[in-house]
Amino acid sequence: MANGTIAEHAKSFYEEGTSKKTGLLGWFFSTDHKRIGIMYLAALSTFFIIGVILALFMRLELIAPGETLMDAQTYNTIFTLHGVIMIFLFIVPGIPAIFGNFFLPLMLGAKDVSFPRLNLLSFWIYIVGAILVVISLFVPGGPIDTGWTFYIPYSVRTGTNVSLAIFAAFVLGFSSILTGLNFITTVHRLKAPGMGFFKMPLFVWSTYATAWIQVLATPVIGITILLVIMERAFGIGIFDPSLGGDPILYQHLFWIYSHPAVYIMILPAMGIVSEIIPTFARRTIFGYNAIALSSLAIAFVGYLVWAHHMFTSGMSDTARIVFSFLTFIVALPSGVKVFNWVATMYKGSIDPQPPFLWVMAFIVLFSIGGLTGLVLGSLATDIHLHDTYFVVAHFHYVMFGGTGTIFFAGLYYWFPKMFGKLYHTKLANIGVALFFVAFNLLYFPKFIMGYQGMPRRYYDYLPEFADLQLVSTIGSWLMAIALIIVFGNLIRSLRTGRKATSNPWGGVTLEWHTTSPPPLENFETDIVVTHDPYDFSQLEDMKNE
Amino acid sequence: MGSGATQYVETVDSVMLYIVGISVVLLIGITAVMIYFVVKYNRKKGHKPENIHGNWLLETIWIAIPTVLVMTMFYYSYIGYKDLRNFPEDGLEVNVTARMWGWTFEYENGKQTDSLYVPVNQPVMLFLESVDVNHSFYVPAFRIKEDVIAGRVNKLHFTSDMVGDYDIACAEYCGLKHSMMYSKVKVMEVADFDKWYAETDATTDETNIETNPVDSTAAEIKPTGEM
Repeated sequence: MANGTIAEHAKSFYEEGTSKKTGLLGWFFSTDHKRIGIMYLAALSTFFIIGVILALFMRLELIAPGETLMDAQTYNTIFTLHGVIMIFLFIVPGIPAIFGNFFLPLMLGAKDVSFPRLNLLSFWIYIVGAILVVISLFVPGGPIDTGWTFYIPYSVRTGTNVSLAIFAAFVLGFSSILTGLNFITTVHRLKAPGMGFFKMPLFVWSTYATAWIQVLATPVIGITILLVIMERAFGIGIFDPSLGGDPILYQHLFWIYSHPAVYIMILPAMGIVSEIIPTFARRTIFGYNAIALSSLAIAFVGYLVWAHHMFTSGMSDTARIVFSFLTFIVALPSGVKVFNWVATMYKGSIDPQPPFLWVMAFIVLFSIGGLTGLVLGSLATDIHLHDTYFVVAHFHYVMFGGTGTIFFAGLYYWFPKMFGKLYHTKLANIGVALFFVAFNLLYFPKFIMGYQGMPRRYYDYLPEFADLQLVSTIGSWLMAIALIIVFGNLIRSLRTGRKATSNPWGGVTLEWHTTSPPPLENFETDIVVTHDPYDFSQLEDMKNE
Repeated sequence: MGSGATQYVETVDSVMLYIVGISVVLLIGITAVMIYFVVKYNRKKGHKPENIHGNWLLETIWIAIPTVLVMTMFYYSYIGYKDLRNFPEDGLEVNVTARMWGWTFEYENGKQTDSLYVPVNQPVMLFLESVDVNHSFYVPAFRIKEDVIAGRVNKLHFTSDMVGDYDIACAEYCGLKHSMMYSKVKVMEVADFDKWYAETDATTDETNIETNPVDSTAAEIKPTGEM
């Protein structure tokens, strides 16, 4: 893909920073996109683990009917925090913040993003938002208990710290907008000579599509949050019917952001899948244009389906029918991607290393998540299943089985590049396998319970659900073990892992054309792009680089 | 899954079966092809990769066929849903009021109860209203649900085919005792219902007490925590 040579003894970005500051300050004030990416990785992983621990407590409470270890108010707080943390602090910033920051400039052959200082600001805005969430837990009033959707009127009436918690979401929104803005500009302005739009790696395409959603949809939630705060603080009637407002309006505004946000969460993951499959099949991607354009199609149609979260809200029948129709349409570009990914394995030379195994797990779990989405897009069935465990199962298959699985795939794919170390392959394989089994044990029973009429956000349940709840809780323990193996393997490798070469997998996109870990400004020489992104004929030349 | 409590249940279950059936075929197909490729084109076998950049015919096929499939799904689900929104004109009308955390059912003659008493085989028309936060009226056995929202009246109807008791749950999170907002639909023989319905107001209070939803579920679900 590129002409250039790797200087063997250059300093890596760990050894050379953007300022003279050293130690932690050298990181906190670094405008290097790679250091910022690693800081996001540390912060987001921390919140992910907190979210997991909260979920383990929820599952433990639900192991049997009746009170097990906490009261109803505590449970309601915990499921709210689990949602808020996983959505706003982990999965929405998620892949763009970590891998987008680290790899977008590398894959474009750029030295950094367009606005490195703005990038650092985005990170610190994220941290401020996260701190506000934490503060809201401890100030008088108590932690928020509204569910992560903050539905009005409940969120106006509860005595808990709603205002502070949603203000945190407001702040986090700015981090998201600024990151999106930065990525859009970077993609337009900083592609290396020779790289047109249709020579960009597909991860860049999907991050680019995501960035547009971040910039265009996030302000809607920002404004909505301000309106809720005004309503709570000054009693201005906007959404609360007792003040003359309309609670359905809130739901519309909330989902106009939060549905596109679902695509903010999944699109970057799809991009990583499109990177990993060609590398381990050692052949070009099947249907590059179809995959690239389907990202844009998802980003666009994703704006028009929000009200499928509201089929039972009392919305007009016409609206329900139109949104159901559009929801079926948005399934198509996702299907196109899955078919092209599987086709990319055809006549490849497949080496199923751990990142590839994560992708295989993803394809199964995401397909289950996507296909059950059809059941929920369908009016007749959604009326029954709305707000039941079926929905909980569906979005965990899409978000955790989809984005979460690919978060690990990306981590296992790029870990050698980011840290210059290799991990234990066999342990990694065990991690994926256990994750897959645990995942299905944990979430599949929820599909059945949902169809049997188990509503979500229930502290307690009827005895008929006890068996499946127990299975699900056992699944959560297995999942905890799987995650310990998955994270533990990497953490151990940081210290004791073998040194990684610049290209351990035989990838050909630009990040593999530099050292592991890369130097401060990514490449020792200027990059000129001469090949298509997944042209593996350059592998022989790369060995001589 | 206890199909048959109402006609509508069979409609919903058949739509479910149709979509899930197609989905299972697709899922097994995708998974099988993927595993087949990974085994067949394994690098250990020394297979030389072929760079196939794509095939517009295939792209067209796998857009066109799923489009047709999802459109049939949309159609069936729409037809089924139409039944739900085809409100009866001569049904028994009941006003349903939700509050944190219980239900009140008020009949045309002024009777008020905490469980919903209805005659079998006769359309029932519900007018749903909340006095506080959002709730959702959900009868899993009937596959019906509609949110109950302050300041507006949402509508729902059903016609039950079988005498019996069916759970009513709240499906929209409403705070502390959201999970304890269970009540019952009590489907009665027409004669029994008429007798019950004609009883004077004196017995209404009695009914009210014996079917208090929070208390009746307290045996299975112990409310805890502070209100």
